[in-house]
Amino acid sequence: MSYIALSEKDKREMLARIGIASTEDLFACLPPAVRLNRPLNLPPALSEPELVRHMEGLAARNTYGDFNSFLGAGVYAHFIPSVVDSLSARTEFVTPYTPYQPEVSQGTLQSIFEYQSLICQLTGLDVANASLYDGAMAAAEAVLMARRVTNRKKILIARSLHPQYRETIRTYTRNIGLTLEEIGFGECGGLLTAELESKLGPDVAGVIVQSPNFFGVVEDLAKFAALAHGHKALFITAVAEAVSLGLLEAPGKLGADIVCGEGQSFGLTPAFGGPYLGFMGCAKDYLRQLPGRIAGITKDVDGKRGFVLTLATREQHIRREKATSNICTNQAWCALRATMFLETLGHDGLREMAAQNLHKARYAADRLSKIPGVKLRFSGAFFNEFVLELPRPAASVTAALQAKSILGGLALRPFYPEMDRALLVCVTEVKTKACIDALAAVLEEVLR
Amino acid sequence: MIREPLIFEISDKGKRAFGLPKLDVPEAAGALAGLPVRAEIEDFPQVSEVELVRHFTRLSQQNYCLDVGFYPLGSCTMKYNPKVNEKVAALPGFNSAHPYAPLDTVQGCLEVIKRLEDCLCEIAGLDAFTLQPSAGAQGELTGMMLVRAYLEKQGNPRKSVLMPDSAHGTNPSSAHLCGYTVQEIKSNARGMVDLEELDRRMNGDVAALMLTNPNTLGVFESDICRIAEIVHAKGGLLYMDGANMNALTGMVRPGDMGVDVLHINLHKTFSTPHGGGGPGSGPVGVKRILEPFLPVPIVEKNGGSFGLNFARPDSIGRVRGFYGNFLVMVKALAYILALGPQGMREIAEVAVLNSNYIRKSLEGVYHLQYDDATMHEVVFDDKFQKDARGITNLDIAKRLIDYGVHPPTISFPLIVHGALMIEPTETESKRDLDDFIATMKTIAREAEETPGVLKDAPHHSYVRRLDETAAARNPIVKWERPKTP
Amino acid sequence: MYPQNYYFTKDHEWVAVDGDTATIGISDFAQKQLGDVVYVELPEIGKHFNVHQTIGTIESVKAVSEVFSPVSGEVVEANAALNSAPETINQDPHGKAWIIKLKMKNPADLKALMKAPDYEKFLEGLAH
Repeated sequence: MSYIALSEKDKREMLARIGIASTEDLFACLPPAVRLNRPLNLPPALSEPELVRHMEGLAARNTYGDFNSFLGAGVYAHFIPSVVDSLSARTEFVTPYTPYQPEVSQGTLQSIFEYQSLICQLTGLDVANASLYDGAMAAAEAVLMARRVTNRKKILIARSLHPQYRETIRTYTRNIGLTLEEIGFGECGGLLTAELESKLGPDVAGVIVQSPNFFGVVEDLAKFAALAHGHKALFITAVAEAVSLGLLEAPGKLGADIVCGEGQSFGLTPAFGGPYLGFMGCAKDYLRQLPGRIAGITKDVDGKRGFVLTLATREQHIRREKATSNICTNQAWCALRATMFLETLGHDGLREMAAQNLHKARYAADRLSKIPGVKLRFSGAFFNEFVLELPRPAASVTAALQAKSILGGLALRPFYPEMDRALLVCVTEVKTKACIDALAAVLEEVLR
Repeated sequence: MIREPLIFEISDKGKRAFGLPKLDVPEAAGALAGLPVRAEIEDFPQVSEVELVRHFTRLSQQNYCLDVGFYPLGSCTMKYNPKVNEKVAALPGFNSAHPYAPLDTVQGCLEVIKRLEDCLCEIAGLDAFTLQPSAGAQGELTGMMLVRAYLEKQGNPRKSVLMPDSAHGTNPSSAHLCGYTVQEIKSNARGMVDLEELDRRMNGDVAALMLTNPNTLGVFESDICRIAEIVHAKGGLLYMDGANMNALTGMVRPGDMGVDVLHINLHKTFSTPHGGGGPGSGPVGVKRILEPFLPVPIVEKNGGSFGLNFARPDSIGRVRGFYGNFLVMVKALAYILALGPQGMREIAEVAVLNSNYIRKSLEGVYHLQYDDATMHEVVFDDKFQKDARGITNLDIAKRLIDYGVHPPTISFPLIVHGALMIEPTETESKRDLDDFIATMKTIAREAEETPGVLKDAPHHSYVRRLDETAAARNPIVKWERPKTP
Repeated sequence: MYPQNYYFTKDHEWVAVDGDTATIGISDFAQKQLGDVVYVELPEIGKHFNVHQTIGTIESVKAVSEVFSPVSGEVVEANAALNSAPETINQDPHGKAWIIKLKMKNPADLKALMKAPDYEKFLEGLAH
């Protein structure tokens, strides 16, 4: 297949205008010693029907769709309204560039403004950016921001923060002299208050806690925010399951200075890890330290309302090595889908979705913990995920469930070596009662 | 065109645009106990489906886009986004796959990743690739972290990174995030790397040279092999910013030119759509010496099946969750498979032809700061128009909008004042190129005869020139409910 | 056009001296180069600066400029009015748009600076 739009006649005329005999002349600047004098060793070109058949074949090698799956752990299956697919597929949203010429990009810019507004409403903060790569990278940016704002060199990190978020923070902070210290979790599944208190001090730039945390447990954000503020440290809340914000109090109202998280739940498919949607917001005072693009309202020369990218002096193309972040291309189209998703569900729809998650997860936890030998690992209140303690290693149980077309959850030992029999189970609104009952029945059978 | 309100301005309580099935399990009694709940989401909108659809359909109509016309943004490589790629990226088999799924249930996804890595190795002339970085800037950061990790393992990470003053802003920004200080080398009179200057500045404290090739002027650094020698002789590494790969595909390979680490942009060279600002993907390719440091996990083929290897003690760790922007990889792989070896080579051949056609047609109409041969892009500037009538590149850009063309890049590279950086890519037709050339000539004439019409441009867009000063002085970045008097 | 009793730096800062207090701002040439100023980053009271240390930054829509201290000293006042009206820098760069007042540590620092006639000559040289 070729997407070239020139005929042979066109090429001849163009060569004539340039004044050369062949296109080869245009590559005379390449050193002959390194010129590639053979075709690239790639598979031969496919026509469109062949390409579609080939890619369908690859997709068909995935059997995941055949399973009754209870996997969550930072990536969630939710209903996606069909309008999100059809509207976001419009070429006027898919093919434009970053809206650097605002006069011809008002569609993109207005939707970014709406997105920022929605994130502020959900998180209870004053300002939000236009998106970051994903929840993990957003957590890293939040940590870097706390350092910039306070000029301090230590960050306290909940061990119940998503393992990948912690790894990413480690990678991003390794070379810039930031010390990271973990705070453990207790029997309730929440952050250990005493440990936090003992580690807070005048050298702490920020404390980052996820809620609901990796185990699904909802944290006492107000208490931890107050402790952090008592030492003039910033309090960062990470949210991996964004739908929880429909029901749970906004972290900004509980004392969070920065909220970061993953917006994949808002209209993006699990898609084997991406593209996802990092979101981030902060209190008004820190606006100029917020990384990422930001859209703002203004007027044109005729007094008409319009939207522009603003505060660009924070960014790499102006501030270069002193920029708040090196981010340039972000996840704009994903943020657009999230905007469409949130505006379609609307206030009541999002709250109803969140409520269904809560009730279905509680129903599942209730049924599963009644199976002999199975109990809830943590006593803390949870949203749509919970950890079961099984009578034998979770990995062997999940293998047995898989043989019966069920993916019962995520065994936690690879992430928490002391939790050999722990299984993280996620139940969203897409799980019917029948699916949940099937899990309970098969799990009971497997454990007998 | 109707002015489109914000969704909050048409919102009203009680409207619904999406219904969920009824809850089919009993409500848990006291479910909210112990939870900090909110009574409502203040100001969150409520609209009907029809209003939602009209809202976004009308918003879309305010956007210029690639499928409407020419988008000659230099270094952005705005080439046609094939629709078949959208189709295959929407396949349910790819979309439903959970990234924590047992590996035997997602073999198709793992194969996509491995196949794309292999193709990119061949195209770039390198030994291994990671597809984890989400965009070019993250690729640069990853690449520089690899450099640092390698040098650290050798015993000394070194202190600074060299780069030309024509570099894209993400280059110094990424180097800084790695703990390196940035040292700029002034370009020579031809806008290229000054070999003597490089030789003088290259020493045991310099970790790497970050180079874009062709550079941001569209000029190929033909001394590249000598540049690599100078850097390597002092134990440093050569990083190449592959944003301009569109000029090189199938003609020359970065690995063959002495490049040790390279990032490419799938949303540039490999046709994945720009989406108004992402998602992109910034894969990083490396020579064998850097392979042990790549981000985890690595996709491997073991016998007949694919797996993930997390046992990588020298890895720099993760730069984000999971494996990267997977659906973007699907589109890029489909593109490479559709083009095949001849098609890949034709990209560079025609991209460079199209750009030189524009260059030849506009020489003399607009000023060219540098004489050297240019490849896939050319940087004119506003000198003639500025000297004659005080018309700037911004005015020219805004006037192009009136003619239905997206302006070229104007704020970059920093070494050309008043730049007009034009990159047509290989997918433009001759008719569209000729239309653009004619329009640019018309605007040059207008600049001379009726400069006022440029100063006030655009005249025919949805909104006219916007007050960016006010937006920065008094930033309003979210909707606020108007206070009732 | 440049106040005759002001001192100037090559980076286009000006200093007005009153006893051991140095009032510092940026010149008319500098504000023209920047374009419409949208934000001024001010230092904290009590902070000490050496010669040529960065006091703060001035932002326009598309550019950022560092302000370097012409003399060494301790910040005794910062012009908070610039927070709500950054455009003052464009309107009255030599008067109302003073940025900080320093208690000078070493008045001899002034010797290295230009007086107005030399600064004007310096600007003419830049134009070529």
